[in-house]
Amino acid sequence: MTLRKFRQADWDEPLIFELSHEGRVGFLPPKAEPEVVDAVDEVEELIPSEMLREKPPALPEVSEVDVLRHYIHLSQMNYGVDSGLIYPLGSCTMKYNPIINEVLAGHPRMLGAHPDQDPSTVQGVLEFMYNLRRGYLNVTGMDDATLQPAAGAHGEWTGIMLIRAYHKDRGELGKRTEIIIPDSAHGTNPASAAMGGFQIVEVLSGEDGCVDVEALKAVAGEKTAGLMLTNPNTLGIFDNKIAEISKIVHEAGGLMYYDGANLNAIMGKCRPGDMGFDVVHVNLHKTFATPHGGGGPGSGPVGVKSHLAGFLPVPTIEEKNGVYSLNYDKPKSIGKVHGYYGNVNVMLKAYAYMLTLGGTGLREASELSVLNSNYIARKLKDTRGLSLPYSPEKPRMHEAVLSAAKMNEETGVRALNIAKRLLDYGIHAPTIYFPQIVHEALMIEPTETESVEVLDDFIDAVKKISEMAYSKPEEVLKAPTNTAVGKLDEPRAAHPKTICLSWRRYCSLQRGE
Amino acid sequence: MNRPHPYLPNSVPEVKDGMMEAIGIKSIDDLYTDIPEALRFKGELDIPGPYTEAEVRELVSGTLEKDVGLRCPPFLGGGVWPHYVPSVVDEVVRRAEFLTSYTPYQPEISQGILQSIFEYQSLLCELLGMEVANASLYDWSSALGEAALLASRINHRDTVLVPYFISPKRLAVLKTYTEPAGMRAEKLDYDATTGQVEIEDLKEKVNDHTAAVYVETPSYLGFVEEGVEAMAEIAHGKDALFIAGVDPISLGLLKAPGDYGADLVIGEGQPLGNHMNYGGPLLGLFAAKHDNRVIRQMPGRIIGITETLEGGRRAYVMTLQTREQHIRREKATSNICSNEALCCVASAVYMSLLGPQGLRELGEVVTSRAHYAMRRMGKLPGVRAPMFNSYHFKEFTVGFRGTTAEAVNKSLISNRIQGGLSLAKEFPELGESALYCVTEMHTKKDIDMLVSGLMEVLEA
Repeated sequence: MTLRKFRQADWDEPLIFELSHEGRVGFLPPKAEPEVVDAVDEVEELIPSEMLREKPPALPEVSEVDVLRHYIHLSQMNYGVDSGLIYPLGSCTMKYNPIINEVLAGHPRMLGAHPDQDPSTVQGVLEFMYNLRRGYLNVTGMDDATLQPAAGAHGEWTGIMLIRAYHKDRGELGKRTEIIIPDSAHGTNPASAAMGGFQIVEVLSGEDGCVDVEALKAVAGEKTAGLMLTNPNTLGIFDNKIAEISKIVHEAGGLMYYDGANLNAIMGKCRPGDMGFDVVHVNLHKTFATPHGGGGPGSGPVGVKSHLAGFLPVPTIEEKNGVYSLNYDKPKSIGKVHGYYGNVNVMLKAYAYMLTLGGTGLREASELSVLNSNYIARKLKDTRGLSLPYSPEKPRMHEAVLSAAKMNEETGVRALNIAKRLLDYGIHAPTIYFPQIVHEALMIEPTETESVEVLDDFIDAVKKISEMAYSKPEEVLKAPTNTAVGKLDEPRAAHPKTICLSWRRYCSLQRGE
Repeated sequence: MNRPHPYLPNSVPEVKDGMMEAIGIKSIDDLYTDIPEALRFKGELDIPGPYTEAEVRELVSGTLEKDVGLRCPPFLGGGVWPHYVPSVVDEVVRRAEFLTSYTPYQPEISQGILQSIFEYQSLLCELLGMEVANASLYDWSSALGEAALLASRINHRDTVLVPYFISPKRLAVLKTYTEPAGMRAEKLDYDATTGQVEIEDLKEKVNDHTAAVYVETPSYLGFVEEGVEAMAEIAHGKDALFIAGVDPISLGLLKAPGDYGADLVIGEGQPLGNHMNYGGPLLGLFAAKHDNRVIRQMPGRIIGITETLEGGRRAYVMTLQTREQHIRREKATSNICSNEALCCVASAVYMSLLGPQGLRELGEVVTSRAHYAMRRMGKLPGVRAPMFNSYHFKEFTVGFRGTTAEAVNKSLISNRIQGGLSLAKEFPELGESALYCVTEMHTKKDIDMLVSGLMEVLEA
């Protein structure tokens, strides 16, 4: 066992406002040339007096070196997949984010391209976007796609809007008011469907953790606009009744929506387009290895079968004789979902990733992600206090969901405490309390980029926590202690009396206002 | 024989075999038995590669270098603008601890990103004169969509009044966002001389159906709206929300929206330290006053201050999560999950570097150079710049007589200069015209080069 002595940096870092000293600057903008100054009026005279800012914004005044150090200190009080050990955050696919992709994404031609440039000046950017789309269609088995959605949930909502447009076009939107969603779905699914104007009908999972086909038959019907499903599902189980599910929904007149958050398990093994899905979204920041930036930017391209292609957002990228262009002429389009074409810089990283792996490498990546998660599931499922609920005999796909319900009952140690204790070993916690159908859930997704040695470390850490839970539970309950800060008073942050969402508010609370 | 892939440590045959043995399988496909035979993908994905790093570098750079290398930054704005990004900003956002982290679900090990985003919220509030900001939306356009939906959730009304000269792209996104909620956007007339919103028309159109009045300053066409305070009063008089749309980089110089009565402020944060990147990632700004009715309806993540349970030390967490999709599911205020967090960090670094003095000086050089460009272009035969009699911050309309905006741009591009965005399709009533943008990235030399380029085409 090689568990490390981890201690996260703690700089007790002040807020940037607290580093301010009047008169300091961290950056000098250029000055207007003398000829420019001579040619135009004084700025105060140009601006109508009622729109001139009288009081400068109360921003901090800090020198360059102090700004840099402040944010480097803060970065050291953070944990990333490329700077940590393992980031097994289920459903988030925290794989290695290759450095070469960052280097390429920093290419001046990429950084400096304006979205309204004449297409003749940006043929390179358009070409890679076109090729990324082509690879995407191949992996998903769809007929057409838009790269415009800026994140997974944005893609879900875009997909729902396409389903809406399809039914509207057929004159059936009035009666097709429902989207069916399994109880194990990501929270974004019902939220996206609701934003698209639909009512949500929840369908319960069967004992095997998959969609209960009889329950589905009972709710599918004339009101059904579609079904949102992720397969493999959030338990990490591939729903082998998918063909039957598609048939039920299609026969009811609904469409099938594929939440691609879990695509990492199946690249080159099977494709949503072949399972009967009409619309899919894929998170490039998961499956295609683009970094998540502490919350974003992501990218959530949406693929469709040909019967929905006419509804895709404008513009689409087209190619003719090696010349790429943007086509806005799509009369049935749902319009636009993003001001421009989506998170193009993120797309470039995904494109480079695709080329680095190639078709065979993508399949191998999926296979190894599945091998890694089964390795962990198999080695941890009999750990004292833990279990692998829902069809424990079935192989898992890219992730596995353990339950700490028994441990909680017997020792008082909850999934939350296990998660916090893992942090103390320098290991990021799995996703916890999701999916909601598993009590005390620990949702573990190691990804294919972790070596077996790292997996063994993770397994050892969990086993050690289990032993501790049964021998010295108070040790586990006080975690985390090796992170920059210890346990936090989270309710305080939301309480009306103590809520503080900005520096300005903080100052007035300090003054007792 | 296949070489192991650098990203796949367990692709080494002995390692893989050992793992398979440990879990009692003979082949990887034993793990995929749940996929029915008929649904299995046979054959290989049609994706080129695998390539080595050097090959990928060559391939991808080669593709990007098919773009034309312009002689100076494009004279384009309208929602994305060429502004200088200080090196410190790029250095900070490249840090692996920020770049490769997920949403801070585990706050104790994520204080760095949490504090950085809290600082972003705080800095933005100072700049906008507001009290609460969220941790970003996708872009200005989606922020407008979310702002309209928020207004409607609060007052149960269905109409948003928008300026006549709004970006058609932004308006299209607003329509997509609000259509399922049964909302509509109605345009306000403009004053033919100034281009600004016709206040009398606003008075006429605002009524019990008005969820919000939305005004941008500087406007899409670059002029500053002078009547914003009056417009806010008119909106409030009918219990509608007043939403201001801003280019934040103008606010070192121009009045903060919090000071003219904005209930919500949205805008595009890209100019604050983010590259143009062919239009994304961008940074959707979203800020409000400390009004509980509004805060509880806000979309997106919000970071707040709390304390450690032991020792009462200041710390940061995601808060008010009961608004969000992972808790509230279909009853959430929005479906947003991933946002533009790293762009927030870039903007926090940017605002910290510039400070009040830097932003003021930046605003001055931007507007001085823009006015220099207008003056020089306006003197050319057959050219009018700007077309409206208002103060313009950094963007302005240019009207052409005797030629088309498209022909002008074509000629400029042959000189590797990207001129302004043609407005001929977007606003045909303006005739042959284009929307130009000048920033601190355009030197006097660049502007003079543009003017020479224009002379060439006008004389031809």
